Amino acid sequence: MPYPTFLKPRSLSEALDLLATTADCRPLAGGTDLMVLLHSRQIRPAALLDIWSLGELKGIREVDGAIEIGAAEPYTGIIESDLVQRHLPALAEVSRTIGAAQIQNRGTLGGNLGTASPAGDTLPVMLAADATIVTSRRSISASEYFVGYRKTALRSDELLVRVRFPRDGRAIRFRKIGTRQAQAISKVVMAVCLEPARVAIGSVAEVPLRAPSAEAALDRGDVDGAVDAVVDDIRPIDDVRSTAAYRRRVTQNVLRRLLQP
Amino acid sequence: MISFTVNDHAVSVDAPGARRLLDVLREELGMTGTKEGCGEGECGACSVLIDGEVVNSCLVSVGQVEGCRVLTVEGLERNGKLAPLQHTFLERGAAQCGICTPGMLLSAHALLQRNPTPTYEEAQTAIAGNLCRCTGYTKIIEAILACPTRPS
Amino acid sequence: MPRREGRLKVTGRARYTDDLALPDAWHGRTIRSTIPRGLIRTIAFDPAFTWDQVVVVTAADIPGENVVQLIRDDQPALAEREIRHREEPIVLVAAPDRDLLEAAAEHIRIEFERMDPVLHLHDASEELARIAIVKGDVDKALGDAEIVVERTFRVGHQEQLYIEPQGAIAVPMDDGGVTIYGSLQCPYYVHKAVVRTLGVSDEQVVVIPAEVGGAFGGKEEYPSLVAIHAALLAVKASRPVRLIYDRHEDIAATTKRHPGTIRHRTGVGGDGSLLAQDIEFVLDGGAYCTLSPVVLSRGAIHAAGPYACPNVRIRATAMATNTPPNGAFRGFGAPQSEFGAELMVEHVSEVLGVPSIDLRRKWMFRVGDTTATGQQLNESVGTELVLDAALKNASPVVVPSSPSVLHGRGVSLVYHGSGFTGSGEKKLASQVTVECSRDGEFRVLTAQTEMGQGANTILAQIAADALEVPYEDVTIVPQDTSVVPNSGPTVASRTAMVVGGLVAEAAREVRERMATEQPPIRVDKTYVQPSTIRWDDERYRGDAYPVFAYACVVVDVEVDRDTGEVRVTNLVAALDPGRALHPILAEGQVEGGVLQAVGYATIEEMKMADGGYVNDRLATYIIPTALDAPRIKTVLVENPYSGGPFGAKGIGEIPMDGPAPAVVAAIHDATGVWLDEVPATPEKLLTAMSS
Repeated sequence: MPYPTFLKPRSLSEALDLLATTADCRPLAGGTDLMVLLHSRQIRPAALLDIWSLGELKGIREVDGAIEIGAAEPYTGIIESDLVQRHLPALAEVSRTIGAAQIQNRGTLGGNLGTASPAGDTLPVMLAADATIVTSRRSISASEYFVGYRKTALRSDELLVRVRFPRDGRAIRFRKIGTRQAQAISKVVMAVCLEPARVAIGSVAEVPLRAPSAEAALDRGDVDGAVDAVVDDIRPIDDVRSTAAYRRRVTQNVLRRLLQP
Repeated sequence: MISFTVNDHAVSVDAPGARRLLDVLREELGMTGTKEGCGEGECGACSVLIDGEVVNSCLVSVGQVEGCRVLTVEGLERNGKLAPLQHTFLERGAAQCGICTPGMLLSAHALLQRNPTPTYEEAQTAIAGNLCRCTGYTKIIEAILACPTRPS
Repeated sequence: MPRREGRLKVTGRARYTDDLALPDAWHGRTIRSTIPRGLIRTIAFDPAFTWDQVVVVTAADIPGENVVQLIRDDQPALAEREIRHREEPIVLVAAPDRDLLEAAAEHIRIEFERMDPVLHLHDASEELARIAIVKGDVDKALGDAEIVVERTFRVGHQEQLYIEPQGAIAVPMDDGGVTIYGSLQCPYYVHKAVVRTLGVSDEQVVVIPAEVGGAFGGKEEYPSLVAIHAALLAVKASRPVRLIYDRHEDIAATTKRHPGTIRHRTGVGGDGSLLAQDIEFVLDGGAYCTLSPVVLSRGAIHAAGPYACPNVRIRATAMATNTPPNGAFRGFGAPQSEFGAELMVEHVSEVLGVPSIDLRRKWMFRVGDTTATGQQLNESVGTELVLDAALKNASPVVVPSSPSVLHGRGVSLVYHGSGFTGSGEKKLASQVTVECSRDGEFRVLTAQTEMGQGANTILAQIAADALEVPYEDVTIVPQDTSVVPNSGPTVASRTAMVVGGLVAEAAREVRERMATEQPPIRVDKTYVQPSTIRWDDERYRGDAYPVFAYACVVVDVEVDRDTGEVRVTNLVAALDPGRALHPILAEGQVEGGVLQAVGYATIEEMKMADGGYVNDRLATYIIPTALDAPRIKTVLVENPYSGGPFGAKGIGEIPMDGPAPAVVAAIHDATGVWLDEVPATPEKLLTAMSS
């Protein structure tokens, strides 16, 4: 197998030029998903675009009442960030559950969004926070970003730049049910907010989703109704990690627990 | 040519940028202390430090370490003397079959650089990305907690 | 003192198979079946590919016998026509580089005629082995018993998951023979297997283990197949060939712990006395015999637990299915059968309304008792010692603060025979050599491989003690089959007790002769079974093992009532090793073994579809990380055995036997639910808890 051409741009604009002019080019940041696919020959792109070190994609800052996190900022940076700990504790909490030190040092929000696995651990938090995904050409609301199984609204000539979380003081509760205590992929992953009502869940459908019936019940202040209704919002399957029946039951049990005062 | 340092020695390799750092270390540089256990970032046997941070070298392409400092297990000894962490691993029985040991040492080294006096839980968390099937992790954690001095 | 090869391991200088650099070596690969059962119709080599750049081997190229030497000659090295499981090897390819190797593999097309596979134990009809152990009159005793309790237990597959995958490198010799370097437990098993397949003489094959990155039984028999394949390629290619499995192939193709079912009927008197145990033990052997008869044997012998019962009947069978062959894994049938025995104590105690600890104390072996095979236990019976020590060292129960978490505690008491079963050691007739060279170097020659367990260190220590010389003065000679004698396989908790015993004997003789002779002095010793050990292979009666080790495990679990997740938080293992020759190494064996068993009990599950493993990756076959590991406290209670070196018994396997039933008992204690099977996954537990 000839290796893909390795492109190492020095700036975001150079990266975008290369992306536009190179056929079959895949952006590479921390490599925690992409390198596995490359090595096992599941994908064979013609070129890799190394965006890991681009300054424009790094950093965590407060901008206009929002917390903005660079798409290539690793989870370790998110965990250690005072801004995140203060204003988005659920995001720090979820980041701590991803892989272990090695993965946290390389994994990024951009990677989670790019892979768009239904089990992507940070994705329910983004949905519950009403985050905005800022690309090189536009802003996409998190709730409109996931369009199908590992399919997103992102176009092939577009790069993820940062994720903007509104700093509105909402309290997001989070729980991941994984296969074990570390290095775990989610069986169910959930982020919940009471005010405004948000129930966002991963690993229970082909996309990470918000649960509209459960949210509607919460809007009415009906916690029991939300727990009853949430099963209508999800489409879990049996797979290598768990069963549809387990996911349904756990979704209800964990939602009930997270909604307790 | 891709240039970086390995254990403080400057190296330049003529390798495709997309090649795994793990393969370059083992096959181009002959440094076989870094092990491959799964090739998908699950076992941590290939852990090395890049600019002081522990990573799985099977998930890093060598083009990404241009200009970086790479530390492997071969770089822990100083002048033929075991580093304190290697010494406590040896004395406390933290290495059994030894295949996870290089990666384990590097995760522990990264922890102790940041936090010279970790708690049991901090040590547990720091090595959670390194699978070991021999020790039940007990003596590895003991060895980390017993390490007398901050490394380097 | 630190382990012998420890310095090499902590500096990264230890050389494992894949670390060995051989100039001009080619890379090899195995092409396997894609169906679980059927016939090979055609093997087509695409003419569009230039085949003379690579080397291809099929069954037709095998110079000797197409068989993997083990117990029964049923497994071919390469399938010729019949396919019995989905990972059956069919074609081997070697190429100068990996890209060409992949390209060649992509141009080979095998067409099959598919037949209906037998995938489940309950559909199996072909027997691989059968054993019956009978003591007393079980039917009568069950009829007389005041209470009869009946239960069925299930155990799943388990992958050894050594962190170094399997691999071998074959270097061809001018005379048609080969030298094999590999990751393996039993150099002479590999030697015999390669000799037969190549059809060469013993002298033409040399096997040299590299550093072994974990084995746990997984490198007992499978390395013969890997080595045969590497050898076939190397001989045909006339150059060294590396055959190193990646993790995916390793999990998919290599042996697993046998899954099975255990059915118990236990009869007790009104006072709780144990009157009868009727046990059926069925294992799924997979597609070929491999070691199933001996796994079944050890499992059957241990199936009644460490309890004195006058009437016992154990009927054991291993059945064939069209799944990858199962094989050796630490414990070797005993973790499966003792899982049933220990949970049976729990069920009977529940029916009687007495604490299970009390029942164990009432039933457990004491000196003078006889086992199911009629073996009288004359010494070193540590049941009471380990039970007391484990309970004493268990910390007070801490009730979790979270309302969603339930706490439970479970106990188990287990035993494990040291060394080969019955007349096994007699037939093996292991040989060792201890010598003092002309320049005063003391050398120990055995075939015992170091795979992390500490064989190098223990054998050097035993020799140094017997020679009365410093430990540093003893050299352990590498286990090259052209140099070391056949001291048998590195399995069955036999290295310290059996081989160590021989080394001590030989070393003592060297020391004695040094009083009157000048070096070089060389002493060879061959194992002779003590005449006091009697075993009847036909009737399965007598002294199954020279001695047993004993262990008691106490576990604490937390069960999440919302998710059914189980966390084992604390584990106390009290173990009677006879004598702990090296306490740090002994503790290491216990800590590692009990965590493997915690994984077996909770999260390790092989999921199957169409006769193959679905979760054949490290991302999907889940083993415990450091954060999943309980705080483990090991208590070694010494209880010397007169037949072992310095009193030592075998301890490699017993840590695997106890935790699974203790965890399931603890889950019951926490939730009130009996699962009666492992792994006790959250999926199973949550279903059971809500019904």
